[in-house]
Amino acid sequence: MSQADAIQTVPTAKVRADVRAGWLAVIVFALLCVLAQAQFDWLETFPEALQLPVEAWFNIGMDWIVANFRAVFQTVTLVFTYPMGWIRETLHWLPWSGFVLVMAALAFKARGAGLPVFTTLSLVYVLTVGLWTEAMNSFALVFISVPLAVLVGFVLGVWGFASKRVERALNPVLEIAQTVPAFAYLLPILLLFGFGPVVGLVASVLFAFPPMVRNTILGLRDVPSDIIESGQMSGANRAQLFWLVRFPAGRRQILVGVNQTTMASLSMVIIASMIGGTADIGWEVLSTMRKAEFGASLVAGIVIALMAMILDRITFGMAEREGRGLEHRGFLKRYGFWFAIAGSIALLIVLRPALPILGAWPETWQIDLAEPLDQAIQWFILAFKPLLEAMKNSVIFFVMLPLKIGLDKAVSPFTWGFGWQPWHTAVYAVLVLAGTVAAIHAGRVRLAIAVVLGALVLLVGIADMPWPASVAILVYFGWRMGGSGLATGTALALSFLLVSGSWDKAMLSIHLTTLAVLASFLIGTTLGIIAAQNDWFSRLMRPINDTLQTMPPFVLLIPIVMLFKIGDFTALLAIISYAYVPAFRYAEHGLRHVSKDVVEAATCIGATPMQLLLQVKLPLALPNIMLGLNQTIMYGMAMLVIAALVGTSDLGQEVYVGLSAGNFGQGFVAGLGMAIIAITADRFCRAWQRNHEARLQKGAA
Amino acid sequence: MIDQSSATTTGAVKLSCRNLWKVYGSKLDYYFDTSGYSIDVDSLAARMRAEGHVPAAIDVSFDVHVGEIFVIMGLSGSGKSTVVRCLSRLVDASYGKVLLDGDNLLAKSPKELIEVRRHKMGMVFQNFGLLPHLSVMENVAFPLKLQGKPLLEQRQKAERVIELVGLQGREYALPGQLSGGQQQRVGIARSLIVEPDVWFLDEPFSALDPLIRRQMQDEFLRIQRVLHKSIVFITHDFLEALRIADRMAIMRDGKVVQIGTPTDLILNPADEYVARFTSEVPRIRLLKTAACAVPANGDASTMPQVAAEEPVENLISKLAAHPDGVAVHDTTGADLGIVTPASLIKSLAALGQDNTHVAS
Repeated sequence: MSQADAIQTVPTAKVRADVRAGWLAVIVFALLCVLAQAQFDWLETFPEALQLPVEAWFNIGMDWIVANFRAVFQTVTLVFTYPMGWIRETLHWLPWSGFVLVMAALAFKARGAGLPVFTTLSLVYVLTVGLWTEAMNSFALVFISVPLAVLVGFVLGVWGFASKRVERALNPVLEIAQTVPAFAYLLPILLLFGFGPVVGLVASVLFAFPPMVRNTILGLRDVPSDIIESGQMSGANRAQLFWLVRFPAGRRQILVGVNQTTMASLSMVIIASMIGGTADIGWEVLSTMRKAEFGASLVAGIVIALMAMILDRITFGMAEREGRGLEHRGFLKRYGFWFAIAGSIALLIVLRPALPILGAWPETWQIDLAEPLDQAIQWFILAFKPLLEAMKNSVIFFVMLPLKIGLDKAVSPFTWGFGWQPWHTAVYAVLVLAGTVAAIHAGRVRLAIAVVLGALVLLVGIADMPWPASVAILVYFGWRMGGSGLATGTALALSFLLVSGSWDKAMLSIHLTTLAVLASFLIGTTLGIIAAQNDWFSRLMRPINDTLQTMPPFVLLIPIVMLFKIGDFTALLAIISYAYVPAFRYAEHGLRHVSKDVVEAATCIGATPMQLLLQVKLPLALPNIMLGLNQTIMYGMAMLVIAALVGTSDLGQEVYVGLSAGNFGQGFVAGLGMAIIAITADRFCRAWQRNHEARLQKGAA
Repeated sequence: MIDQSSATTTGAVKLSCRNLWKVYGSKLDYYFDTSGYSIDVDSLAARMRAEGHVPAAIDVSFDVHVGEIFVIMGLSGSGKSTVVRCLSRLVDASYGKVLLDGDNLLAKSPKELIEVRRHKMGMVFQNFGLLPHLSVMENVAFPLKLQGKPLLEQRQKAERVIELVGLQGREYALPGQLSGGQQQRVGIARSLIVEPDVWFLDEPFSALDPLIRRQMQDEFLRIQRVLHKSIVFITHDFLEALRIADRMAIMRDGKVVQIGTPTDLILNPADEYVARFTSEVPRIRLLKTAACAVPANGDASTMPQVAAEEPVENLISKLAAHPDGVAVHDTTGADLGIVTPASLIKSLAALGQDNTHVAS
């Protein structure tokens, strides 16, 4: 025992000393950079001589592809234009009553009683506000993109399931497809496929197929071996084993994939409408928002939200539904329901000439909600203007600006009422030093390191930090967390940002997401903890969370822009309202699933409810909570691009500008930059999880 | 090819497992070639382990006779599940032969194998292996569906086996709506629908709670009395093995330690390991009626009739009611004498003293 212990302790102590020395070196280096920043320009901005024309390269590559392969893509466009046209025409030709009937029937089959009512009421809302045609145009796009994305995803998923090598090759592709912001590939698609609704289709398929691949692989792989073996012993050949045993046994997970793919597809159809020419519901929201007609924009936004909820509940219901166990049923019993529906629709069509009301919703039944909404909003803004302004200003002045450009610049007579003087820096330094010494004295070396670094960042600001200091801190942190692999990855990622000239914008993105993610994580986790203790609160929040998650994020912007105008603060709120949900869900799930035995044991020992929460449940739920953080970062990055619509100045804006200016390279480099940031953040989270698990295992052994 | 060790069973050999090896690792050809292996089995296994291979089944040989219940008993990791998977070729053996009616299964092409599974084998799994989306009826008829049999035939046959396992009335339930015991009845029915010759049961009752397990064992014995299948039954429960086995093999670390009737094993354990299992077993469980029979002194025709195979345990209440004794007949009806309270006590006493004596 003593020998094993000796082997354990000696290097650990040495490693610890090394780590401390390493951090000390990094901190000293960062400090030197900050102090020297005023003297040397190249510390502040990465020297232009070292930058590479990455943007131009992308543009040249793209031009070449367009020049050589455009014909191929145009053919694809041609091939898809017709079926898309047919679907669209069919939906327009179908009487509204028929469409409502079909959707209600689907809802009934998927979920039973309640959902058809919700579906019908939602569609009646669409009719009442007079956006039926726009909604049908969006539905048409979804109805063709979902089957395509599902097909592509399923085929790739089966392939990835069958071959480990294919799966390994697919993983990075899926990751990039999911993290590169959709705006970034709208433009190349536009260049290749030409202007028109096919762009929306292609973008939507590209964006929506990854979850289908992942869920297909997962569903097929997780079928218990007992079931597979029983199929083999029943004498199944290869095809039978797959289609009659493995596929149906993994069906539920695969249908979850269909659900996620549908939601992603709708979300992308809405985003893609910004290139215009589709006259769909997304365009309606966007164009009214640009004209600051918030009432109209909100009315259309609600249509999108309702569409999302209907599609979500129906596809999710299909996944949840239990197989009915095909008892010996007659043809009529099995298909009678659908024949009745088809018959009713035929009847509606036949009756349409006689009863035009069935085909066209009478104009007199339409209600203009936009006007009164506009007035209500106006009144609200006028009534609460001081409060709204105060909220916005205090967050911007006391939180956002200091983190962005540092206390030394953010503190000014205009914002804080006084200017930052050198002696402020001195007092600040003394306070930080005192805190550090106290932490070290208490044996919390990590805390001390965090205090110093945090104080430095707050003083200088994320955007104004000399780039060598940021690189050193992040790469060394990566090395501590995940070894040489993560350090190399981080270094490469940061080099791309530097060399491509995206560093400044990237730091603004990091600033905004850091803030938004921290806030989302704090809010979400706190609410999640409350929900885990309180069933009433949990029940209250569930529909709110579901709604926020199902809605295409785009819609979330509308009410926030109405209240706070455009700008960083609006973007921050938009990101938070989208990204807090995963933090909430993972925290609640983690806390609710802490092993009962441990909770009972702690209760018997005499833990108070607070002790139980802080010292038992939270530590045990930590891995889940960290998973929530990881998801929050991903959601935050996704929303960051959308938030560019309300006037940020970071990479997201760059992507958007690249799209509107038709500069593929600009948009794509910025998009890649965002993907790189998201993927790096994800790797840090995973490294933390691995370390945590390793610690637990070492503790157990 | 009759196994000499099994004098009690009379049928012909149905399934024969010869020198079966299953080794996990990268370079198996290195150990086995067409001429087999010449060095001693234990040294070979030791060398495999030393060279980073994992021998899960080591030189396993046994025969299963027509109508016999052959139990393979071992603790987890002993290789028993590997062996039954090699027999059904869910896992491909590394070396050896599995002869079904003298025909080597390991040499079958995938196509032939599917035919064998469709008509000659049935298997029951520990965690049931039911298809969650199919009803009881569809699960049971599934093997016939795979063969493309007409729907009517599927239904008729399925109804018959569902009745056999006592699940009438639940035909259209889904597996998720059934208890564990009921689910395993479905598994049993499904494995029987193709009327297989050999029936593999891989720890079929281990996932069930003790009361249900006991009930399922009785059900299983009842079904076997009707069907007379040749059975390989895997279990980690020694008492379960005792209850149902005609003969059993005990496995440890991939090797068969001993093969024999339950009584053989208890009275003549091959080594310490087997003895540790058997030491706790009450001796009265082992004794069959035939072993206590003595010649009748007078007219035995008025006494109650008892089968020769009946465990002595079951005689006690009968002897209490008939102190004169009971008459013993074997399956052919031949008169084997009588058992009296005195002869029973004498035989038990002899068992307790003399462990070298083979009781039956």
